[in-house]
Amino acid sequence: MSAIVLLLLGLGGMAAGYLLYSRFIATRIYKLDPNFRTPAHEYEDGVDFVPTNRFVLWGHHFTSVAGAAPIVGPAIAVIWGWLPAFLWVVLGTVFFAGVHDSGALWASVRNRAKSVGSLTGEVVGRRARTVFMIVIFLVLLMVNAVFGVVIAKLLINNPGAVVPVWGAIAVALVIGQLIYRRVIGLGVVSVVGVIALYSLIYIGPQVPVELPQQVMGLSANASWILLLFAYAAIASLLPVWVLLQPRDYINGLQLFVGLILLYGAVLIGNPQVVAPMINNDVPAGTPSLLPLLFVTIACGAISGFHGLVASGTSSKQLDKEPDARFVGYFGAVGEGALALAAIIAATAGFATLADWQAVYTAFGDGSLTAFVNGGANILAGGTGMDVGVAATLLTVMAALFAGTTMDTGLRLQRYIFQEWGEIYQQKWLTRPLPATLLAVASCLLLAFGAGGADGSGGLLIWPLFGTTNQLLAGLTLLVITIMLVKRGRPAIYTLAPLVFLLVMTLYALLIQLKSFYDKSDWFLLGLDLVVLVAALLVTLECAAALKRAFNAPPERI
Amino acid sequence: MPGKTRLFFRRLGELGTQYYNAPYRAAIARAKRDEEDLFMLLVFAEMMGVPNPAAWSTLELQPLLMDRFHEWHTRMGMERSPLDHFRCC
Repeated sequence: MSAIVLLLLGLGGMAAGYLLYSRFIATRIYKLDPNFRTPAHEYEDGVDFVPTNRFVLWGHHFTSVAGAAPIVGPAIAVIWGWLPAFLWVVLGTVFFAGVHDSGALWASVRNRAKSVGSLTGEVVGRRARTVFMIVIFLVLLMVNAVFGVVIAKLLINNPGAVVPVWGAIAVALVIGQLIYRRVIGLGVVSVVGVIALYSLIYIGPQVPVELPQQVMGLSANASWILLLFAYAAIASLLPVWVLLQPRDYINGLQLFVGLILLYGAVLIGNPQVVAPMINNDVPAGTPSLLPLLFVTIACGAISGFHGLVASGTSSKQLDKEPDARFVGYFGAVGEGALALAAIIAATAGFATLADWQAVYTAFGDGSLTAFVNGGANILAGGTGMDVGVAATLLTVMAALFAGTTMDTGLRLQRYIFQEWGEIYQQKWLTRPLPATLLAVASCLLLAFGAGGADGSGGLLIWPLFGTTNQLLAGLTLLVITIMLVKRGRPAIYTLAPLVFLLVMTLYALLIQLKSFYDKSDWFLLGLDLVVLVAALLVTLECAAALKRAFNAPPERI
Repeated sequence: MPGKTRLFFRRLGELGTQYYNAPYRAAIARAKRDEEDLFMLLVFAEMMGVPNPAAWSTLELQPLLMDRFHEWHTRMGMERSPLDHFRCC
């Protein structure tokens, strides 16, 4: 089948979702009101609360939520064939992610732009808030560990990408200084930055860098992981304008360039989907599609992380309440489009079915490597670009996304440790350096604990990451549902996704628990148990809170 | 360049600058405030018994910073002005 059909069906489905379903949700369920005075106006202070143009807000909402995760998940999940992943991404974006993201914005805007964390405390209860903090910490821990492992793998598979990936950091540092010191305007800086980055990508394959096989008893993979965490620790301690801000900006540009290139190449080259529609011949050891598909693809279908971005930052800048539909729902559509591109790259970027099967030899294999190699073939076929350069381009894109998530994630983990230091009166823990070191140590423990001494098996925790992410989404959906019930409005549009998510996550955790037990993998078994306890707590909180809400008479709000 | 095109590019530049700055406004404002707090401490150092070799010059700045003094000492966790002869509230 032609990949163009997949592309048109997917984008068409999501566009229909935005035009029809999101309109219904926005006007009938959330009842977004153009006359409502948003917190951005109510508390305007020029710093946190600033009414912002909706296109600008969408731009940074989208680029903060889209990263490596919507690429990794779908690129793993196509092992069951392209249809299940495709359906879950499209339907998930339309009925789950869009509703969740715009709902998180609405809930926050209606509650003085508070974050979902504090909303959970207010709307659901204090206990739920504690669970929420734990779930967030687990999400950050897992995403940092997994991304460290993933980037290391990418750098080993494509030595040509080492120079551009690390060179991009230098480019960002220079750009940051140029903008901060107002040497030249943003427009010129952007052009110079993009040219510099793409020159590095072009040069990269000619100067491949490989680490020695063994350094002080560590494999190349393990050395890369350590180097990456050393980098992330330093980056997370630097002032944001030095590195994070310019790099986020370049990443944003990269994201748009990458999406346009990939979709353009598919339209020009018309590659064929070689992967089976439904793979009846999955490699041994692959868990069953139900329920694992729904936790393998989290970002790209529904992700709790979006709620954090929506409620923490975007809600403080929303100019008019109806903008929540464009910023939240269309932000989710953007992420869905990225996930769709990943599916196409990982299923249509191979010459034959045998080539595809050679990549997907076990569950967790494929992932970013399949996206990079498949995507490179598509890019080369569509644009005439050299395959090596195309692979480097996609590797850099994926590695930069994952790297940014890592240092933002470490920064957030550090804040959590510092907060714990204050709560428990541990003065040393409130300082940035010890808190950062502790955060790095916990991530390394997970990366190596799950993957053995060379850290190669770290992707095993990917489904657990998805599960935790879904729990977070579940808590946000719970807040929205309770707000709807209190207002006497139909709750089914958020309640149904909530129940579905909880059932799938609990089911997936139990299935994985058994598989870890069978493999005698006690480390992951322990981790699974921790997440399972959190999931049960979330479920109980949901049941109790919903019962209270349904029994109480609707309030006039 | 015709007027309309120039206007378009100016608008594009404004939106781009917003896009660059929006996510980090708060963090940068906080960093700037920390820097200014340190400056306040330097200017009022002598009054709090911290020897300041540049006291002669900083003395001149004190009236200029008077407006911000109250905000500063409350942010530093002191409800009332810490200086006996320098009252503001």
